[in-house]
Amino acid sequence: MDKAVALELRGVTKSFGSVIANNNVDLTVYKNEILAILGENGCGKTTLMNMIAGIYFPDSGHILVDGEEVVIRSPKDAFKYKIGMIHQHFKLVDVFSASENIVLGVKDGTRYNLKEVNNRVLEISQRYGFNIDPKKKIYEMSVSEKQTVEIIKVLYRGADILILDEPTAVLTPQETEKLFKVLRRMRDDGKSIIIITHKLHEVLSISDKVAVLRKGEHIATVNTSETNESELTEMMVGKKVDLNIHRSEPVDPQTRLTVSGLTSTNHDGIKVLDDVSFTARSGEILGIAGIAGSGQRELLEAIAGLQHLDSGEITYNNPKNGEVVNLRDKTPLQIRDLGVRLSFVPEDRLGMGLVGNMNITDNMMLRSYRRGHSFFVDRQRPKDLANEIVNSLEVVTPGLNTPVRRLSGGNVQKVLVGREIAASPKLLMAAYPVRGLDINSSYTIYNLLNKQKENGVAVIFVGEDLDVLIDLCDRILVINSGRITGIVEARGAKKEDIGLLMTKTERVVIDTEEENNG
Amino acid sequence: MNIFTSIFNYLFSAIPLGMTFLYGSTGEILTEKAGHLNLGIPGIMCVGAAGGCASIQLLINAGITNPVLIVVVGILCAFLSGALMGLIYSVLAVTFHANQNVTGLALTTFGVGVMKFTMTKLLPVKYLNALPYFRFPFNSSQTSLKYCGVMVFLGIAVAIATSYVLFRTRVGLHLRAVGENPATADAVGINVSLYKYMATCIGSGISGLGGLFYIMDYAGSREAYLSIEALGWLAIALVIFALWKPHVSIFGSAIFGALFVAGSFIPSLIPIAMLQKMEATPLLKMLPYVVTVIVLVVTSIRDKKENQPPASLGVPYFREER
Repeated sequence: MDKAVALELRGVTKSFGSVIANNNVDLTVYKNEILAILGENGCGKTTLMNMIAGIYFPDSGHILVDGEEVVIRSPKDAFKYKIGMIHQHFKLVDVFSASENIVLGVKDGTRYNLKEVNNRVLEISQRYGFNIDPKKKIYEMSVSEKQTVEIIKVLYRGADILILDEPTAVLTPQETEKLFKVLRRMRDDGKSIIIITHKLHEVLSISDKVAVLRKGEHIATVNTSETNESELTEMMVGKKVDLNIHRSEPVDPQTRLTVSGLTSTNHDGIKVLDDVSFTARSGEILGIAGIAGSGQRELLEAIAGLQHLDSGEITYNNPKNGEVVNLRDKTPLQIRDLGVRLSFVPEDRLGMGLVGNMNITDNMMLRSYRRGHSFFVDRQRPKDLANEIVNSLEVVTPGLNTPVRRLSGGNVQKVLVGREIAASPKLLMAAYPVRGLDINSSYTIYNLLNKQKENGVAVIFVGEDLDVLIDLCDRILVINSGRITGIVEARGAKKEDIGLLMTKTERVVIDTEEENNG
Repeated sequence: MNIFTSIFNYLFSAIPLGMTFLYGSTGEILTEKAGHLNLGIPGIMCVGAAGGCASIQLLINAGITNPVLIVVVGILCAFLSGALMGLIYSVLAVTFHANQNVTGLALTTFGVGVMKFTMTKLLPVKYLNALPYFRFPFNSSQTSLKYCGVMVFLGIAVAIATSYVLFRTRVGLHLRAVGENPATADAVGINVSLYKYMATCIGSGISGLGGLFYIMDYAGSREAYLSIEALGWLAIALVIFALWKPHVSIFGSAIFGALFVAGSFIPSLIPIAMLQKMEATPLLKMLPYVVTVIVLVVTSIRDKKENQPPASLGVPYFREER
């Protein structure tokens, strides 16, 4: 190996209370190299990186930078050793300009002069191919621009080792490609880059080496060119995992939900939904793709009776008696009273889906407390249901009486999805149900959705991973700025086409659009 | 009294009275920019007044007559008394994450009590002998100009300096970052607690000067201390009116002063019989509040991000919750 070592971890251990987050981890990062860190949720990737970035301090073990042992107690120390971390949740001040955010906390002894900062920011952007206006305020920026600011912030401090925590989670495929280009340029410039990600195909395309963590332990570091998806997954999970989603053909699809001409404006007078029309059919999964915040949430909430509409119609075909019910301007309770079997898994799990401070049983009760005529609520049935969900979905919890906010993200999601499916819906809407979930839990959720589809439920699935959308759904609706820019047949759809649709503002006709098989 | 003198007198009562608000609001802006809503400002102004007056009284009792020394020591002691209150606030609200509203209100109650105790025990009120020193250079004027003493100029200087520090220096950038997003500030190595402590203590010190100014310059009477608390609340309203900018606060304070004394002057300026008969003064004294409400509504409607309160105002910062 002719590359020089930039950073080395030796036997790093960190525990929180009785939980060991990292156990005796060894890791080596070379210069001119992109290292991907791979692992399931809660395997200690972020904890490990936080120790390098000075946010946590290891219980034992050594960190070496350029061959010398260092002590990193704070982000400031990390900067001293030219280590910079770009966090998953951006740490930026909204009302500051890009430059103000970048120079924040820098004490280089020079006089504070924003003009010079602007110039240096432009210099850095030109060098690595960023595109940024240093004077633009953060609150006016898109997610990818904000990320650019975060990266420049680290480069401005002269970082040679960059750590990126799931940088692609919020980007479109095009933006991801652009980011990767920049990262490669930085690597060729002599920097070391550590990238944390869940997405295997990205690991394979960007990294030079992959380090796999499992349950806080370092399993192996392999050369990316000598490995493949299934090998990596096996190392990650510890057992073979079937990475294929078994998509069945829709059986006898019937129109279940018809949405036509939905238009809605928010408080600021901006159209969040603009003439949205589509149908959801039974026995079919309709995917919704789009950049985060393009109106997906508003669309689902409109159907669930939570969003005010300016115009448009929402009708539901009741499969029980063939009745056509109008859902517009109804409250969720009225919708339920109409006999509409609608289940909704909102993206904000602990805000809209579950009550964080209540336990699993009580959260089950939120859906059933109106049942029965007794003055007292029936606690037995929700308890049984809670038990059933915990057992069948393998929810890891100390007990039914644990407040759900104490559960990990994947387990919270299982509880929520479990409850919504237990209501045996005819129409199931799920917004980002696998967000933040590891590979195992994600596939559990995909299988649950597939099962519902096979049972003849019309499923609407809002997702962010285009590969999953293409593998899981039957049709994919693409939305941008509240407008539908295309509806494509998922079988044979290309990721690039969908990515392109996500950035278009007008409806684009793609050859496979809306085949009439329903 | 001709109309010209009336207007002159009106203006030069309004601007100096506004200084009381200006000190209070400059201090509060500094504190709020660090993310702390300090509702203890009225109490802090009271304590500042008490501390300042007590020190002046002690100097006079000791037989010291040097005007510069008396003014400087008075101002210094008022600042330190206010800063001490700020320290109490910081310990409770920054270190122990106590609810900021409750802490502030408690400080106000406490401060008013401390002042009333000090002031009633300070008889005979020798500190008022120093009044001419504070009203320098116009101390011999027979018009309202006499209120334009040293502390008026000091107040404007402090407000301008605070604005400069907040918006033109690295320290100011860091301070604003702490108030907007402490986690971000923490991540780039800014000492969040230190900034909060410093901003709160210095801000409280500046507010404390407002109380001293009111007694030793504007009001210049034994009973003056009774009105300080009410003026303190207006200082907090002025923060909103000035959109968290001390330099705007200078003009805002003059407007507030003008509105506040309008009750005493409008009836004499505009001889409307009804107004005089109704004794509309207390009603007219509401004007500053009405204007604040209007400004608040207008800025909320315009919804410009820069004119909103600091994003983390009133939210305690726990490092673990990152």
